[in-house]
Amino acid sequence: MLRRHLLLGFAGLAAMSAAAPVAAQETVKVGLIATLTGPQAASGRQKVAGAKLYMALNGNMVAGKKIELIIKDDTGVADITRRHAQELIVNDKVAAISGFSLTPLALAVAPVITQAKIPAIIMTAGTSIITERSPYFVRVSFTLPQQSVPIAEWIAKNGAKTAVSLVSDYGPGIDAQDAFKMRFEEKGGKVLEQLKAPLANPEFSAFLQRAKDLKPDALFLFVPAPTAGSLMKQVIDRGLIEANIKVVGTGDITDDDQLNGIGDSVLGLVTSHFYSAAHDSPMNKKFVEEFKKANPGMRPNFIGVGGYDGMHAFYQALEKTKGDTDGTKLVEAMKGMSFESPRGMLTIDPATRDVVQDVYIRKVEKKDGELYNIEFDVVKQVKDPIHK
Amino acid sequence: MSAIDAKPPAEAAAPPAASGAPAVSPAARLLAGSRWRWYEFAFWGLALGSYFVFPNKLMLISEILILGLLALSIDLTLGYAGLVTLGQGAFFGVGAYAAGLAAKYGAGAGPWSDPLLGLVIAAGAAGLVGFVTSFLVLRGSDLTRLMVTLGVALIVEEIVTQAKSVTGGSDGLQGVMSSNVLGMWSFDLYGKTAFWYVLIVTFVCFWFCRRLVNSPFGLSLLAIKGNPLRARAIGMPVNARLVAIYTISAAIAGLAGGLLTQTTQFASPDMVAFHRSADSLLILIFGGSGHLYGGLIGAVAFRIMQDFIGNITPQYWLFWVGLVLVLLVLFVRNGIVGLMANGWRRLTQKSHEGKNP
Repeated sequence: MLRRHLLLGFAGLAAMSAAAPVAAQETVKVGLIATLTGPQAASGRQKVAGAKLYMALNGNMVAGKKIELIIKDDTGVADITRRHAQELIVNDKVAAISGFSLTPLALAVAPVITQAKIPAIIMTAGTSIITERSPYFVRVSFTLPQQSVPIAEWIAKNGAKTAVSLVSDYGPGIDAQDAFKMRFEEKGGKVLEQLKAPLANPEFSAFLQRAKDLKPDALFLFVPAPTAGSLMKQVIDRGLIEANIKVVGTGDITDDDQLNGIGDSVLGLVTSHFYSAAHDSPMNKKFVEEFKKANPGMRPNFIGVGGYDGMHAFYQALEKTKGDTDGTKLVEAMKGMSFESPRGMLTIDPATRDVVQDVYIRKVEKKDGELYNIEFDVVKQVKDPIHK
Repeated sequence: MSAIDAKPPAEAAAPPAASGAPAVSPAARLLAGSRWRWYEFAFWGLALGSYFVFPNKLMLISEILILGLLALSIDLTLGYAGLVTLGQGAFFGVGAYAAGLAAKYGAGAGPWSDPLLGLVIAAGAAGLVGFVTSFLVLRGSDLTRLMVTLGVALIVEEIVTQAKSVTGGSDGLQGVMSSNVLGMWSFDLYGKTAFWYVLIVTFVCFWFCRRLVNSPFGLSLLAIKGNPLRARAIGMPVNARLVAIYTISAAIAGLAGGLLTQTTQFASPDMVAFHRSADSLLILIFGGSGHLYGGLIGAVAFRIMQDFIGNITPQYWLFWVGLVLVLLVLFVRNGIVGLMANGWRRLTQKSHEGKNP
């Protein structure tokens, strides 16, 4: 069996040497570790599409060097993510790695990037603490507290006195429920109960029944986007919306990629998030149009934007260092970086390497026969409220 | 004796009438079985040589060896004792977390942080869980057993995700610092230390298993697998034997888990997840059970397929794995090892016919 592998190796070598003349003029490699198989596969497709689109629109030459994207499938498993990170660094000699659909996957690479001094650009995972685990993490996605605080304020302002939260039981979920509770109670509301559903098993009916029995004014929801479809179907089936409970959440539950599949029953649902495919800006219009052209049947969501912006951050950093791929310099270059993204303005906080951005309050509406999250209010430049 | 003795013990246990071989005494059989053969040297030579041939793939090779070790632990129960299990991931996970916790809280405290001691703790913890649960597994027939092992695995998984203060819950156990092996070799980014460490530990475990199955104890397991009633009738302590092998198998699975934690510096709930148990069983069926080598060879084939197909069509590789598995089960008895043994037998028979027409 080793011989077979050897043959494959030779085949690969032959393919590489064919491309060698071009590669000779200094190639800078970037690793993209995405979840392409398993229950979270939808996130990987978006991320890869976003990153590829950025390269297609902006060319692959930066500071006189050719950028090459190497895509790996982490299958949603932490130790495989770590192995890919390690192999990308020692074998492919990448200048940076990126991706990370789930918090545990990002945390798994922390020791590797610290040891190797290679920047890791987080394109999705949203637990606050990740960026504190290594000085080489830079985040362009979002953090859950950042997204949860604005909706807590909004729902308190709109007359809710009591609330129940239901989240997936892992880092981001805990972050979301705690941030929601903190701000909601600051504004005079009361969280009756914090429900946590297992991450691995997307079966919510018992939790939703419990939430309904508590008769709160509002129900706050967070689950990872690929699970959102099944959660929202169960919310509707359980009749929570008819029971006069105001259902709100982070934008993960009305994810642009899946929203049309959930159906009209979520019309009017209010969420807070940093990105909507309906965001009104020339840049976003172009982004959505090109994204759909390159990926028929898909609509970009916040993960796709994360992939797009992650590549942009890397391009900009490499431009700033004038092609120097030293990891520490690249991270320094990304600190304090500020640019316009399809989502709006985005800044990398120089102190925490975490993203600072506008968070929008949106409502699900129908436009041109499709469901969209239409933004109607905004909280400007929100920092993660948990980081010190 | 040439190719005939390539027969693995499980086949050799078939009624003598089938092969037409003369009856041999058990002692002679054990002796013959414990002799190292050329293909075994070749296998371990290749494993050793892979360090020089694939210096870029050391992490992958370590991972394969760990997976192979896990499959080997299933081979002990399934291939030799006939106990079907779908819960080996539980022991793997217990070992992984035990080693992780030992490294996390023992770090800096002198000998407690040594990886080898961590392995002992991992094997001990998993062995203990195996010992306790073995009594549950012994009740009932095959299907009941399968369900019990599955149930135990689910319970362990749930404990790991719920006991957040200890295990870190769904986010995994962070901050595991692996000390240098024997205080000398630190785990490097290239995975060199990890490779040698995993290879040597795997080999020692394999050697132990090999001694075990070629002992009177191993022979008695085969008898139990063949016919538990008859084994009991001739005075064999069937239950005690099964408890023993189940415990040993759990300890080895725990050791494999400990290796994974130590070489990757974290433990996460997917180390106890159902797919670990299912994958490792799949790998064993792939490779062929009852040969000891089946697990290791199956792990190599499985990972190469995953890597190779995954690079071509990341989204559909499971389809191809499924297809190959179905074909293998339909047309080849005893997995890849069976296929290789068959091929070899045919080859040597042909050359025999060539010599003596």
